[in-house]
Amino acid sequence: MRRLPRVEVLVMAVVGGVVLIGVPTVTNQFYTFEFAKVAIFVCALLGLNLLTGYSGQISLGNGAFMAVGGYTTAILVHAAGVPYWLTIPLAAIVAGMAGVLIGIPALRLAGVYLALATFALALSIPPVLNHFDTFTHGHQGIVMPPVAAPFGLDLSSEQWLYYLCVGIAILLYAFAWGVVRSRTGRAFMAIRDSETAATASGISLAYYKTLAFGLSAAYAGVAGSLLAIATTYINPDSFGLGLSLSLLVGVVIGGLGMNFGAVVGALLVVWLPYFAEKAGQAGVHIGPLTFAGKPDIFFGAALILIMLFAPNGVAGLMLLGWRRYLSMRSATRMPVQDPIAGR
Amino acid sequence: MTAFLQQVISGIATGCIYASLALALVLIYRAMDLANFAQGEMATFSTFISYSLIEYWHIDFWPAFVITIVLSFALGIGIQRLVIRPFEGRPVLTLLIVTLGLFTMFNGITGQIWGYVFKTYRGGFPSEPVIFGGLYINVQDIGVLGVVLVMLLLLYLFFSRTKAGLAMRAASLYPDSSRLLGVRVGWMLALGWGLASAVGAVSGMLVAPIIFLDPNMMQSILLFAFAAAVLGGIESPLGAVVGGITIGVLMALVGTYIPGGQDLRLAFGLIVIVAVLLVRPAGLFGRAAVRRV
Repeated sequence: MRRLPRVEVLVMAVVGGVVLIGVPTVTNQFYTFEFAKVAIFVCALLGLNLLTGYSGQISLGNGAFMAVGGYTTAILVHAAGVPYWLTIPLAAIVAGMAGVLIGIPALRLAGVYLALATFALALSIPPVLNHFDTFTHGHQGIVMPPVAAPFGLDLSSEQWLYYLCVGIAILLYAFAWGVVRSRTGRAFMAIRDSETAATASGISLAYYKTLAFGLSAAYAGVAGSLLAIATTYINPDSFGLGLSLSLLVGVVIGGLGMNFGAVVGALLVVWLPYFAEKAGQAGVHIGPLTFAGKPDIFFGAALILIMLFAPNGVAGLMLLGWRRYLSMRSATRMPVQDPIAGR
Repeated sequence: MTAFLQQVISGIATGCIYASLALALVLIYRAMDLANFAQGEMATFSTFISYSLIEYWHIDFWPAFVITIVLSFALGIGIQRLVIRPFEGRPVLTLLIVTLGLFTMFNGITGQIWGYVFKTYRGGFPSEPVIFGGLYINVQDIGVLGVVLVMLLLLYLFFSRTKAGLAMRAASLYPDSSRLLGVRVGWMLALGWGLASAVGAVSGMLVAPIIFLDPNMMQSILLFAFAAAVLGGIESPLGAVVGGITIGVLMALVGTYIPGGQDLRLAFGLIVIVAVLLVRPAGLFGRAAVRRV
């Protein structure tokens, strides 16, 4: 086991912490709010990564679980007057149960078929939410009261939302980190790499696959709940196929099978549409085409190129660079390093 | 009763459209065990090309229809050669993500070029009813049925009567032996993508006059086509057709007789997919690919 170079890690942790805490004090309300959204997407992507990246089951339907979480929060706050912070764990539980329910039939659907079923789930959720409008108020959506900072803290609403979302994202990140390094995480990866070998080693496919679905859905539920709280409004169209696809885009470009990929992916999924829109307003012309300010073409091309050249995404490339750096640094002290693992 | 029959007939017509997109999916699934999520968006792109041919180049519908099919065929081949071939031998999950990348890309390209405003698309058939035995039947529905039947016949003749069709079937069933016999398996895959793209284009050009033309128009149709393909057995062309018509009729009835059924049609598609996969994964006509691990 290579000893961690303590200095770099410490420096990075301190810088990271200062940046995370400092962001809302130096940026304006809009940016603070967008960074809160990044934290929300980190939650959703961590969950999808546990399912797709670590246990190898594709899901195009995690947007649907976000809808479950979001509506749990919105309905509880709006109709039952439950305090919003209490609805976050409830949203995780409800969405997690929905995930387990979907996971049970998904057990028998491998690969392509699972993608089909979850694709259908993502497409059918918005019209179903519209249909049951006694609870969901259909197209009108549900408006929630904006949140204010508690305990008399001197924070604006956006700043409080930022700290809330970032705090929860860190918590969920730590949990995912723990899961991946536990027996459960090893079981997930064993299933991903070979179901036959995993079964032969005594891993219960049914248990772990359902668990992966439930966990992933609970993460998505938290993300949906936070999104509802942050935007103070939800309607069915916010949870369509587009959302599920952007989650997949985020997790793939960020890095499948790497928790840190969720952070990279979330930054990309939240900020790229914003910059694309800005570029579109400024009027980007390439040949006869005027770009209307949607990042879809880039996202699609990036999905293909990442799968071709860097299956572990941007986070994988960063890890590779980090290892290069380490081997360069220690080359003076240690004669030969292990070859860089491509995983 | 008349109202019921009326719904069944219009269901058969929309079912034919689902069937043709399902057929495109089956063509690619048979060739490489892959569900092509981009099929619908490729079809939308093709349909927009025909729209431009008709509206800006003032070509009549039917010549534009043929030109679009040829262009789509070339597009399919190009995609297989440029995008899919580099992934040869990679896991299915990877290829699925690649088709989703194509989905996102084509959706974006269509939106960039033609915009997101709904457009009316004038098809090749007048939308007026003829009365037949007390039933009002839309000429457009009869036209759709006719086009799909002709397309099926052509595909059947291609696969059963031509050397290229035989080579394609051989390449998908026994790639290694076919290669030894001199079949260029890679190009057969490309041909499969070309055919699928052309067939998908037909479904797009048939459905656009019924719904409006917009970059997202094929998404729900793709879901019904998947449901149709799964119901029929995802490897069976005949199954795709029977499944497509069944789904078409089912959805017409759900939309009419279940209160608020229009909203629930997609959910019914989901239920059909999951139910068939759980109860009879091989579908109606597929061979059972048993894999118990």
